[in-house]
Amino acid sequence: MSKQLTATLRPVTESAVAVVIGLVAGALLMLAFGYNPVQAYVWLFVGAFGSTAGILESLAFATPLMVTAVTFAVGVRAALFNIGAEGQMYLGAIGAVIVGGTMLLPAGIHPIAATIFGMCLGALWALPAAILKIWRGVHEVVSTIMLNWVAFYFVTFLVRTYLGEPGRAERAIPALPTARYPVLGETLTAIIFVVLAFCVAVAILLWRTGIGFELRLVGDNPEAAKYAGASSSRAILLSFAVGGLAAGLAGASQVLGRPPSWTIYATLGNLLNLGFDGIGVALIGRNHPVGGVFAAIFYGGLMNGGRYMEYHVGVASELVDAINGIIVIALAMPEIVAIIRRRRES
Amino acid sequence: MMYIISLAGLGLAGLIETGLLAMTPLALAAVGECLNEQAGTVNVGMEGIFLITAVLGVYWAEVFESGLWGLLLGAATGAFIGLVFGLVCVYGKANQVVAGMGLNIFALGFGPYLLMSIWAFPGIHVFRHELMFLPQQFTIWGASFAISAVTVAAIIIAVLAYLLLHRTLLGIRIRAAGENPIAVDVAGVSVGHVRLLMCVVGGALAGLGGAFMPLAWFGAATKEISAGRGFIALAAVVFAGLDPLLALVAAFIFGFAEGLAFTVVVTPGVKEVVPFYFVQMAPYVVTLLILTAAIGGKRFPRASGKPYVRE
Repeated sequence: MSKQLTATLRPVTESAVAVVIGLVAGALLMLAFGYNPVQAYVWLFVGAFGSTAGILESLAFATPLMVTAVTFAVGVRAALFNIGAEGQMYLGAIGAVIVGGTMLLPAGIHPIAATIFGMCLGALWALPAAILKIWRGVHEVVSTIMLNWVAFYFVTFLVRTYLGEPGRAERAIPALPTARYPVLGETLTAIIFVVLAFCVAVAILLWRTGIGFELRLVGDNPEAAKYAGASSSRAILLSFAVGGLAAGLAGASQVLGRPPSWTIYATLGNLLNLGFDGIGVALIGRNHPVGGVFAAIFYGGLMNGGRYMEYHVGVASELVDAINGIIVIALAMPEIVAIIRRRRES
Repeated sequence: MMYIISLAGLGLAGLIETGLLAMTPLALAAVGECLNEQAGTVNVGMEGIFLITAVLGVYWAEVFESGLWGLLLGAATGAFIGLVFGLVCVYGKANQVVAGMGLNIFALGFGPYLLMSIWAFPGIHVFRHELMFLPQQFTIWGASFAISAVTVAAIIIAVLAYLLLHRTLLGIRIRAAGENPIAVDVAGVSVGHVRLLMCVVGGALAGLGGAFMPLAWFGAATKEISAGRGFIALAAVVFAGLDPLLALVAAFIFGFAEGLAFTVVVTPGVKEVVPFYFVQMAPYVVTLLILTAAIGGKRFPRASGKPYVRE
């Protein structure tokens, strides 16, 4: 095998090993509580990828994760641990409700305007964490989590008061028909193309532009970056801003591009954890925006198939999150793949 | 401040009681995390330990018919999670922040999965009231207070942790494992063992805090029971610069903010004026503000957060 090919394949192998570890651990958890893991996994994967409808639905589940993964990945590239996608995503969704649900605009412009407004609100919510990091050195893990909870109560407040649908206390005003992205099949809409384009754009920004290079340099080697005259403040700000735009897009996608609700539920039930799941997706995708797309499709499949698993075998679909966590822990250990390789060689 | 509170018609005793209850899990996890980080492992998975031990603590309490056993076995469960985390970090040479976040994501799914698997009911389990580990009543200056024995234990543990770090040989080894692990290794003491031990202790304290929330405070296990408290505890640790006694103070400040929020929410005359949702934001906003004001001049152990690799 050529060196180049090995270099590309290695992260893929590592992710695959971690995924297998996660699925095996999930099976052990099912056995511990008396479920049949084989049956559960068969339902999960048949439900997720066994039919055209299943695949379309899995892609619909994957869409927001593709962009929340970008939030985390672009943070890691600047040596930041930005776990604020959750809160920024809530803000993106409420932004989409404000423009998509309450304003009258022509059909062609409406979805675009609502998407952009949602993305900007997401970026705005990322800003305090960036400023605190640059100005006071506050660690982003703590600041972004605190902002997530503030966002949760703020958006819940808006959904239950000013932006609630009159007469329907359980949800916010839905996006108007002019603001909705066309449905491609099942609950998948054309917003997936916007999301894919965004992922590619971030990849280009990171690997083909000067500011992207600066961002990665600050992340890889802060000492060298200092000598090269790179501005770490600018890199941090850019990373948080791009991350916020991405998370805002994820939130907007659930309002403007996800039937049947086209809105936010008052419990935020249709948004909860999309940001945190993005962390696992980003790590499986090796913190590359394009790798994240494939990882999101895998994880979207798990989420979609998890419902079939719950319905037919009775295993709570939340187990999928537990599996995701184990995959992340496995990926945190660079040694695992090295150990396996050493075993094979000896 | 106190005057405004009493003017607004909020019961001062109630406020202190709730503040102390809210302080307890924060203080336990923060002291545990101080020990953890002093030895060189950063565990951002405190929230995850809270979520798991809150559910399992209730489970143990029901199995053994006792709230006290629920708390103790909750701590044991936390110790076990800490052990696994320590093994992953020390022998798996893991990126600690990523592994800790993995623990949080795992718990986010595992908590609700446990609720469904054990009690076959989604999201919440209300247990029998007799299993509650209720606080004791004290009378000070004519005013009656209820203080939980766990709160007292948390304060004692913080003092003990301080003495352990600064007055014992093990304390020197712990601090050296975080500051200069090579020296510990050269002295013939295993860096891995020291770090592992502190991961277990830190996990046990967080586990006690996790089991405390349903068994001594809320009276029910719910899927988002800790609501970011594991991260508020991390903020307390940063604020304290890894000093267990300062961490106790920080936990009290954050707990007080939460107590204030709870008290406002239930006080007639006030709850109508201040929107409920904004009151609930208070603990998080206070945490952010205090961190913004307090950081700077703190020194953290040089080797903390990095796996130790012998050269």
